[in-house]
Amino acid sequence: MSTAATETPKAKTSRDWDLRAVAPFVALALLLVLGAIANENFISVANLSNVITRSAFIAIIALGATYVISSGGLDLSVGAMVAFVASLMIMFMNSALIADPMLMLVTAMLVAVAIGAACGLFNGLITTVGQIEPFIATLGTMGIYRGLTTWLSQGGAITLRDRELQSLYRPVYFGELLGVPVPIIVIFVTAAIAAFVLYRTRYGRHLIAVGSNEDVARYSGISVKRVRTIAYIVQGLCVALAVLLYVPRLGSTSATTGILWELQAITAVVVGGTALRGGVGRIWGTLCGAFILEIVGNIMLLSNFVSEYLIGAIQGAIIIIAMLVQRSLSRRS
Amino acid sequence: MTSEAAENVPAILAARALSKSFGPVEVLHDVGLTVRPGEVHAIIGENGAGKSTLMKILAGNHEPTRGEILIDGEPVHLSGPVDAEKRGIVLVHQEILLAPDLTVAQNIYLGRELPKGISVDDKAMNEGAAKALHDLGAEIDPKTVVRSLSIAQRQLVQIARVLLVPHRIVIFDEPTASLTPFETEALLKVITDIRAKGVGVLYISHRLPEVKEIADRVTVLRDGHVVAAHDVSELEPADMARLMVGRDVTKLYPDRHATGQVRETVLEVKDFTVPGYARNGSFELRKGEILGFAGLVGAGRTELMEGVVGLRRGHGSVRHNGTAVTFADAQASLKAGIAYLSEDRKGKGLLLLKDLATNLTLASIGKFLRGGQIDRKKEDAALDEAIGEFDIRTGRKDLLAGQLSGGNQQKLLIAKMMLLDPSIVIIDEPTRGIDIGTKEQIYKFIARLAEEGRSIIVVSSEMPELIGICDRILVMRSGEIVGEVTGEHMNENEIVVLATGVKTGEAA
Repeated sequence: MSTAATETPKAKTSRDWDLRAVAPFVALALLLVLGAIANENFISVANLSNVITRSAFIAIIALGATYVISSGGLDLSVGAMVAFVASLMIMFMNSALIADPMLMLVTAMLVAVAIGAACGLFNGLITTVGQIEPFIATLGTMGIYRGLTTWLSQGGAITLRDRELQSLYRPVYFGELLGVPVPIIVIFVTAAIAAFVLYRTRYGRHLIAVGSNEDVARYSGISVKRVRTIAYIVQGLCVALAVLLYVPRLGSTSATTGILWELQAITAVVVGGTALRGGVGRIWGTLCGAFILEIVGNIMLLSNFVSEYLIGAIQGAIIIIAMLVQRSLSRRS
Repeated sequence: MTSEAAENVPAILAARALSKSFGPVEVLHDVGLTVRPGEVHAIIGENGAGKSTLMKILAGNHEPTRGEILIDGEPVHLSGPVDAEKRGIVLVHQEILLAPDLTVAQNIYLGRELPKGISVDDKAMNEGAAKALHDLGAEIDPKTVVRSLSIAQRQLVQIARVLLVPHRIVIFDEPTASLTPFETEALLKVITDIRAKGVGVLYISHRLPEVKEIADRVTVLRDGHVVAAHDVSELEPADMARLMVGRDVTKLYPDRHATGQVRETVLEVKDFTVPGYARNGSFELRKGEILGFAGLVGAGRTELMEGVVGLRRGHGSVRHNGTAVTFADAQASLKAGIAYLSEDRKGKGLLLLKDLATNLTLASIGKFLRGGQIDRKKEDAALDEAIGEFDIRTGRKDLLAGQLSGGNQQKLLIAKMMLLDPSIVIIDEPTRGIDIGTKEQIYKFIARLAEEGRSIIVVSSEMPELIGICDRILVMRSGEIVGEVTGEHMNENEIVVLATGVKTGEAA
């Protein structure tokens, strides 16, 4: 019998895929160089740590979005969910149901996490059990979460009133642990957990299988609905985590909190090399994407070449360039 | 047309010393062939022999690394499939490339719609499509949406679409792989008609009796080399098989030692209905037996099986080892030890863009966990074992599943399901699109599984293979099980009568 049993060597091998995985890191490195040239203060530890800290919200939300998108889904409601969960959390703290401030803070955090998970579960069930396109389903819940927030705040702001709670909570965003800002630690710990689950566990394997080909997953005895629903819950938990960092920063929310964050999160995920059609998830790439978005803004602020009012346009251009680069890389290989 | 007469006719299309390399791998080596007007030239060879690559070069999809293509004796450079089409070379793809939500006529005229002012002339296109299909012997309403057609009907639509282009050479890339005997017969007639018009036909197929029937000349490829080129009158199918494989393949089917004793029933299905596909299917499967399901494409065999294992909605009674069961999904049936291997390997069996190990362990990843973490070493060891046990031929272990040939994909799929150690294996079209050497291996695997005490159901449209490996064969027609053939009654004639409901003489 013949020996040449493998055909079509023209297709991608696993090695060529790595090229695409590396691309976001190369882009990040180039940006760092560019920033250093544009402004000498850019490359300072203080500035970079500041930039990464500010990217925390989008980075953490985008980690969850990596799960949803890898599974073949999409969640447009995350920005509205941030506002909704944060509002409820602050209202809970303002309710003064618990006298002890520490206990109150911990309970409020748990409440936020629970609400985030519930919002994610709701999104998940509509798309899986309800079998509604994720785009439409989460467009709907985006309206619901945003509308409820507007209603709760009566169009105004919801502010944390208790001074003691404020000062107790403040270090969660502004504090440092061994000289490293807390948000940076949260970003990397969350990413490490997310990477472990995605790459090294049964659930992660199932998630990627569902995203690559739902039928193959189903015929292999994987519960597609369960896997997808859990991805949305993970997204909800990530939103809640971002809220836990967001509330101590300003101590206040309004109906406009988190507006367009869903687009930034999706941008970070896609720039990071995760395929929008599902089946490929890149946790560290997503972090890279989130940093790139923030760094571009930072460079624009520090340099005088481009007006900072153009940040949105530049970020929009980034996603298109990232896709073009990925496309050309995959075509060449 | 006889070959002596053809000798005097100049070739329309000729390939001279074509070679093609992908990276360091040379898949074609100094291949030469000619196609004369009014002849059918068959290209046969195992998967991976280079047939498809050769066809793609001739149709302008690939550029040769070396060598040249001549049309009417003139060297030409084909810049792409459009250029090839302009020169009259058209290719009927093996895969169905139609837009499922458009109608038959819209698909046939896609990209070359007939204009009517600023709009399109639907009436003319519907009529044109109806005529084109009628010429092919296919009575398909041109206004039907392609999604609702069977695979065989789609294949015919695709052929109609290709033949609409003015053509001098038609290349058929395994056109009968998913057709039933009757549809195949109809297609061969179409090819005969095309040939009669003086068109040259290049015909790729695994089905050697078909080649014997239709072709004038045969070129055999093996490992990218032309190993033989003959007039078809000089070769019998057995010779072709030997040339393709490079050794004798007289014994395609394994010996099975039927014990004669009746063993216990492991699966009893009663009055099982899958709405729209299968009605009141009842059958029993015994331990260690190989039960065949024959029937025409669309008879509801796949759907009945998918219903039983919980992949489709259906209702009826299923008893597994004597206990009544209902499987909500494949997770449940796999857990009970019933594995279903889909006929759609690429769409439902394997993750084509993932590596071999990921595919192998996908259904049984729970066995590869250590402290909640996937044990990559253990996965790798399992892959080594599967490669050895099922003879999966892969140059590198880090290939993607989609890079394997069809036969090796099937082996990988079998290996994947066997990791679950199922007691019942339902295997749908086990050798579709697979070359003869690999077929023989797959039959051996199936026989071995039965010898190990597993019970096997084989769903197949290839009657010889059912007759060759099964203990009994059930025949389905239009969603119902219409009969069973056993013992000396296991022959194609009996099956065809049951499958079609008519005597063979009347069928054509």
